[in-house]
Formats: sequence, C-alpha cells, structure tokens
Amino acid sequence: MTILRARGVVKSYGPTPALRGVTVDVAEGEILAVTGPSGCGKSTLLHCLAGILRPDAGEVSYGEHRLDTWSERMRARLRRTEFGVLFQFGQLVAELTAAENVALPLLLAGTGRREARTAAVGWLDRLGVAELADTRPGEMSGGQQQRCAAARALVTEPRVLFADEPTGALDSRTSEQLLGELVRVVRDQRTTVLLVTHDVQVAAYADREVALRDGAVDASGLGLTAVSGKHVR
Amino acid sequence: MSTAHVLLGLLAGGPLHGYELKRSHDQRLPLAKPVAFGQVYATLGRLQRDGLVTTAGQGQDGGPERTSFAITDAGRARLDGWLAEIEPPAPHVTSTLFAKVAVAVLVDGAERARDYLIAQRTAHMDRLRELTSVKTDPASTLGDVIAADFAILHLDADLRWVTNTLERVADLHREVHP
Repeated sequence: MTILRARGVVKSYGPTPALRGVTVDVAEGEILAVTGPSGCGKSTLLHCLAGILRPDAGEVSYGEHRLDTWSERMRARLRRTEFGVLFQFGQLVAELTAAENVALPLLLAGTGRREARTAAVGWLDRLGVAELADTRPGEMSGGQQQRCAAARALVTEPRVLFADEPTGALDSRTSEQLLGELVRVVRDQRTTVLLVTHDVQVAAYADREVALRDGAVDASGLGLTAVSGKHVR
Repeated sequence: MSTAHVLLGLLAGGPLHGYELKRSHDQRLPLAKPVAFGQVYATLGRLQRDGLVTTAGQGQDGGPERTSFAITDAGRARLDGWLAEIEPPAPHVTSTLFAKVAVAVLVDGAERARDYLIAQRTAHMDRLRELTSVKTDPASTLGDVIAADFAILHLDADLRWVTNTLERVADLHREVHP
C-alpha cells in the first residue's frame, strides 16, 4: 500500500529549479533510499514529502490527504504526530540533557513530564545509549548525538521517518553501527523510512532506491539508476 | 590469491586432513570462491614435495581412512614471510568490468557502454544490499562481516567508477548528438 506519493512535483528556489516534475510512490513499511549527486534535489523532495515545503506545482499525498493543499498549521500538526525527522547533525538542544531532548516532542504533544521522561529513557535504551540520559549533547561523540537524535525522531512512534544524510557527519564504522540499529528498530516498529543519501553504502540499507538527477527521477535517461530492489514487505 | 599460503595458514592451528582443509578454507573465506577438493590435494602434494607440510598420521574415526597433514618449520617460515610481504597496491587494472566498458566504447560507441553500465549498476546495487544484510544479521560471525566489508568496499569503488563513467559517456553522447 502506498503511504506517501509525489505526483509531478515542481519546486524552485527563486529562478533555480530544484525539482522538475518528480513522481515517486513510497510503500508502507519500506525503507526507500533517495540517492543522487549534490544538488540533484533529493533533500528538496524529502522536504516536500514531509510537508515542510509546499511544492510550486504537482501533488503530495500522505494516505488520503493532499498535503500540498493543506495550511502550514495543519502540516505542522501532522509532522508532530505522524512524522519523525532525522538530519545530518545539530538537531539536539545544547542546553538540555539527552532525556530532555528526546522527551521534547512528547511534551509538545501534551504528554505528562514523568511519562515523557520514562518513554525518552526507553527510546535511548533502544538506540543503545541509555547511559547518556542525563548527559548534554556537548559531552557526547557525534555517533552518540545521532543516536539521541534518532531516539527523538522515533519517540512519538511516527508512521514515517524522514532521514536526510543521517550518518553524513560520522566515520564509516560509527555510521554502520547507527544504521544497523536504526534499521533494526524501524523494522520492529514497521516504520516507513525515506532515506536521503549520496552514499551507495548507506543506500544499500534500504529495500529500494530511487535516483534523482538534475531535479528529475533518473529512470533511464542518463541512467544513474533503474529503480531496483527486492524484499519490500 | 595463493591457495598454498592459505592452506599453510589453516594448518598453523594443528593438523587437518584434506576434506577438513577444504571445509575450513570455505568457512574462513566465506565469500571467496570455494576451493575445489582436487585443488586441495594437488596443493598439498606440492607443499609436501617442498617440505612445507608433512603427513601426520592416519585417522579413521568411523569413515574411510584419511591422511592428516601438519605444517613443518619450513612451512611456518614460508607462511610468516608471506604474511609480512606487502602487496603491491592495485598494480594492474585487470577487472573484466573495466575491460568490457573499454571494449564496448571501442566497438559500439557511447550508447552501448551506457546501456551496459546502467544494467551493471543495478546488479551491483542488488549485491550491495545483499552484503549489507549480512552485516545487519545478528547470526553473522566476525568472519562473515569482514568478508562482507571487503566485498562492499570494492563494490563501492566499482560503483563510483561506474557513476563517473556514466557521466563521461553522457558528456560524450551530448557532443555527438547536440
């Protein structure tokens, strides 16, 4: 079943086109890698599918909902309740401990303080960093910070996780450990994942790959991909 | 790769008979091409002739009689020498992948090379996904994981080259068909 869908999505920044009519379907429960060189539009596509950006033309659907017609207020609520986001770095609030950072989305959603803390510590544990609950980001390694950021992205148990170069700032061993954990957790949770990366080794953690080039899906043309893959659940 | 040296290495842990050596080889080098049984015996014969291994008695344990082989001091010295010897860093471009693309450009021009590269990239990505799942499988041993790593990093290098070549071929195509 398709959970997210882009139909002919166009988006420009001023005169510069970032997406020139992109069509992509994301199946529920799959991990889909969106790949391509720098500037190909892959992050812009993620922002459009996550309802962060509104396309200039084309449609973006989440289940039955047409996100491109929704107000920012409605999209923001959807993002808080149904979506999780994980970026390359810099998502944690420096003044808060790991547990406070992870609890934040729950507190914003109105969960009680104690309950939010319990859930936060539980998620830190699932990502293998329970011992950092009372540590501030400045005292953590890059890999530990990303594990906390992943816990925060997943604490609301979103249906879709949007991950934009989640290991882009990590060395390859640390990257592999984080991706291994993340894949295990999202499979358990049956979370759908949109994974944006330029790195084929990261893309190989996904079930399927869609390559972009110059703002379009590169299906044959210059040919950096035929969409391939298997075991989509 | 030197099967003789690998067999010496496997015997360094204690005597083994031919079939055990084959099994141990395939287990320790999980993604390598399995060694043929005949090759194990032929190699053992040469090693024995050169005094690098010696027979270490016969075992029967229920099955047919089998000869065990043990590494000699000379064998150990040869193994140590091999392990310490630095490999020349990728001295020759011997890949079939490279040869095929070079020939495809020669024979049929950019178009043919491009079609081939696109299909090859898909096959490489599929294999990369399979190998990555070896790394995330909790049942994988350290041996499985380091073999997968080796293969993944080489496929990654191939993929970068394929991508670069596609870009170059596309530029060539644009020059020919403006």
